[in-house]
Amino acid sequence: MKAVQQKITPGWLGAIPAAWLAVLFLIPFAIMLSVSVAHRVPGGFFEPGFELTSYARLFTPFFGRILLTSVLVAAGAALICVALAFPFTVVLTGLRRRAQTLVLVVLLAVLSLSEVIIGFSLSTLLSRTAGVGNLLAWIGLTEAPQAYTPSLFALMAGLCYLGFPYAVLVLYPPVSRLDPELGEAARIMGASPLRAFVTVTMPVLRAPLAGALILVFVFTLGAYLLPQLLGRPRHWTLSVHITDQAIFQSNLPFAAAMAVLLLLVALAMVGLALLLGREKGTPA
Amino acid sequence: MTRLGPLYLIVILALLMAPLVVVTGVSLNSAQSLRFPPQDLSLRWYGALFQQADWLGPLRNSVLIAALASLLAVAVALPLALHVWARGGWLGRALYTLGVAPFMLPPVITALGFLVFWVSLGMYGQFSATVISHAVFLVTLPLVTISLGLQAIDPALIEAARVMGATRGKVLRTVVLPLVLPYMISGYAFAFVLSLNEYIIAYMVAGFTVETLPIKIFNSLRYGYTPIMGVVSVLFVVIAVVVFCLIGRFGNLPRLLGAERIRD
Amino acid sequence: MTELSLRGLTKRFGAATAVEDVTLDIPHGKFVCLLGPSGCGKTTLLRLIAGLEEPTSGQVLVAGQDQTGVPTHRRDFGMVFQSLALFPHLSVAENVAYPLAIRGIDRATRRKRAAELLEMVRLPDVGERRIHQLSGGQRQRVAIARGLAIDPQVFLLDEPLSALDANLREHMQVELRQLQQRLGVTTVVVTHDQKEALTMADVLIVMDQGRVQQMGAPMDLYRDPANAFVAGFIGSTNLIPCRLSGRVLDMPGGRVALADGDRVKCPEGAAVLSVRPEDVRFAEQGLPATVGFIRDLGESVQFVLERDGQQVTALFAPRERPSVGLGDTVRLAFEPGRLVVLAP
Repeated sequence: MKAVQQKITPGWLGAIPAAWLAVLFLIPFAIMLSVSVAHRVPGGFFEPGFELTSYARLFTPFFGRILLTSVLVAAGAALICVALAFPFTVVLTGLRRRAQTLVLVVLLAVLSLSEVIIGFSLSTLLSRTAGVGNLLAWIGLTEAPQAYTPSLFALMAGLCYLGFPYAVLVLYPPVSRLDPELGEAARIMGASPLRAFVTVTMPVLRAPLAGALILVFVFTLGAYLLPQLLGRPRHWTLSVHITDQAIFQSNLPFAAAMAVLLLLVALAMVGLALLLGREKGTPA
Repeated sequence: MTRLGPLYLIVILALLMAPLVVVTGVSLNSAQSLRFPPQDLSLRWYGALFQQADWLGPLRNSVLIAALASLLAVAVALPLALHVWARGGWLGRALYTLGVAPFMLPPVITALGFLVFWVSLGMYGQFSATVISHAVFLVTLPLVTISLGLQAIDPALIEAARVMGATRGKVLRTVVLPLVLPYMISGYAFAFVLSLNEYIIAYMVAGFTVETLPIKIFNSLRYGYTPIMGVVSVLFVVIAVVVFCLIGRFGNLPRLLGAERIRD
Repeated sequence: MTELSLRGLTKRFGAATAVEDVTLDIPHGKFVCLLGPSGCGKTTLLRLIAGLEEPTSGQVLVAGQDQTGVPTHRRDFGMVFQSLALFPHLSVAENVAYPLAIRGIDRATRRKRAAELLEMVRLPDVGERRIHQLSGGQRQRVAIARGLAIDPQVFLLDEPLSALDANLREHMQVELRQLQQRLGVTTVVVTHDQKEALTMADVLIVMDQGRVQQMGAPMDLYRDPANAFVAGFIGSTNLIPCRLSGRVLDMPGGRVALADGDRVKCPEGAAVLSVRPEDVRFAEQGLPATVGFIRDLGESVQFVLERDGQQVTALFAPRERPSVGLGDTVRLAFEPGRLVVLAP
């Protein structure tokens, strides 16, 4: 980001949003941090105090399994998403403007669907009485209609559906800026279109790809509704447990502790993404 | 071999639109059950939505919250983006990170943070709490779009205006703001659409008192199926499509999303 | 021997026609320049030859073989792109050796060949560097080395020197030409700069609006343009409207009788006379004109004369400079045997 030479904004302009964000973003976090070490009042909210009981619970096998599930599910979704989104974006940026706009509108519309609607429609699509189950039985591939949800497959499908538009939108600027003559040069030098893609297009876009992977990972890590709608309780991710503890178990300190952990993981990933982005220098 | 690319695109788009087809089908089912393909097509549930108070309330809430929160988000994002663009520096970068953070983190964290915040302030369950929480969460969208728009401004334009005698305020008002307006509008539109669909923050902050449409849908999923859920989903999608089509029609959507070379 | 043949090559993009019915033969080992203003179709034509675009109709033949349906990566051509398209993620040597790596050539041979090529373009020590570390001129040479890596049958270049500054450009024009002569590879270069084309080309192909206007040796096109467009595009010329009857031209201010060597390319009636500035003389008798502007360029002197609402330029070497000043009236005569009468 190159700052304009002429400083045409008053110096105090930044102070307003800064104050707003500080009060409304940093302070909630500070409070949450303090809550995570507070004393739990059963049936109520919490009492100020300092105990590490909530954090201690993070080291139990029960919690370890939850964390592992969340991470694996998110990582899997990220890989699948980006693997599907990358070729998609490459083809997209090659289209004419009107076609691109059309596809982008579809993507943005999908992106604006809330998790609840996605969960709802996918669970309908994969249920026994409606959608795919009926279709396959009708064709004759299966004996009777089957439900494909709730299941790990349904959850992964839902997460990929959720993350796909984000992956495309994050890859869109760098891919569109890629010099098309690089691919053409590779082809005229003897590389088939596939080889050109693998030996030139992908390596040149290493950094944006890594960034997209990390972004989708963090994003799906925070999925709350889909694990409940499309997965079984053993598939519940961290976000579900956090809300569960906060609202239904009335254990705010534990919820806060888990949230802090999730926050650290997310921050670490975002920091990694920023680092990777800077390492390669500003994109040419 | 050249046909493979567009074919892939179409396949993926078809897969993406499949759930939408399902949802539309469900909304047209005349009986009060979820069936797909629907039997006895009927539009009665579309009418029912606007008559049933327990759906109209959440609809009104969602639209109002979305409109206000997005406005607030743009109002915060604009000075922030301007400051970062015009002054840069470490403070600017820190502020930009701060502005982008709420959206980048898993929403449940932000939601929980706000929960304890509003509880501490005694504002838990209030309408304004939801609006403000959404505004903070959604600041990122207009921030990113407006920053993109500012970066696209040729610095020579600013310098030319200054040379021609415009004060700083005038430059901002007559050169920068008009150029950045499309990005402000698209940022507002993105924030609006996402606020409509946002679940977890609204739930955690005031879920039991201020029922938004996504909350209502999720509750309905647990306690009783009616095709109205399909209707609501179709409505959301239609709103989003209309908004983005308008942007695409009157603006340059690929450019707004950061593309540089676009074949016409 | 014909290296490259184009037969009825046409390319349409929707309603617009970029290249219209091009048929020509390019002999082996020649340096060919595709010359024309922007939008004339020369780059499209080059891309059609390369296989980067599919023709709407027509054929591309290389050494007699029909390459029209053959995809780009099987054509064994070398190409230099306008943006150079050097791979940022590979070193200089890896860039140059890329065509060989794709063809499965072993590492040792690749390394040797890359070194040879870099030596040939006079960049012997930069193999290990990365592209962004090189200057514009150096990158230019790397792109050329890469294009020649497989000893291609045809070497294609799309405005290769347009990103260089004027001095470096002129230098590279000579180097490129000398390189081509040494290797003897059939070369097609697209350029919009007629001076560049005149410097380097064995054969010039002038294009306008998707069609080939004229093809031939540069000096032939200069002396004997087929139409007003070519006359105006190659070098500078004066295009004077007139009427042709027999071997006499009628124009406001007088008549000009055509000499034996003067060429006529149109039927009688309305016509345009093309006379180069260096063939304009000041004489005792001739067309009256007033001196409007004098441009002293050091190596030559240009007189801009006004006559009948039109401008005519005359060029003289410094030692032949006529002693007239601004506003003086002179009489114009034309060097016999150098005139070309063209259709308007």
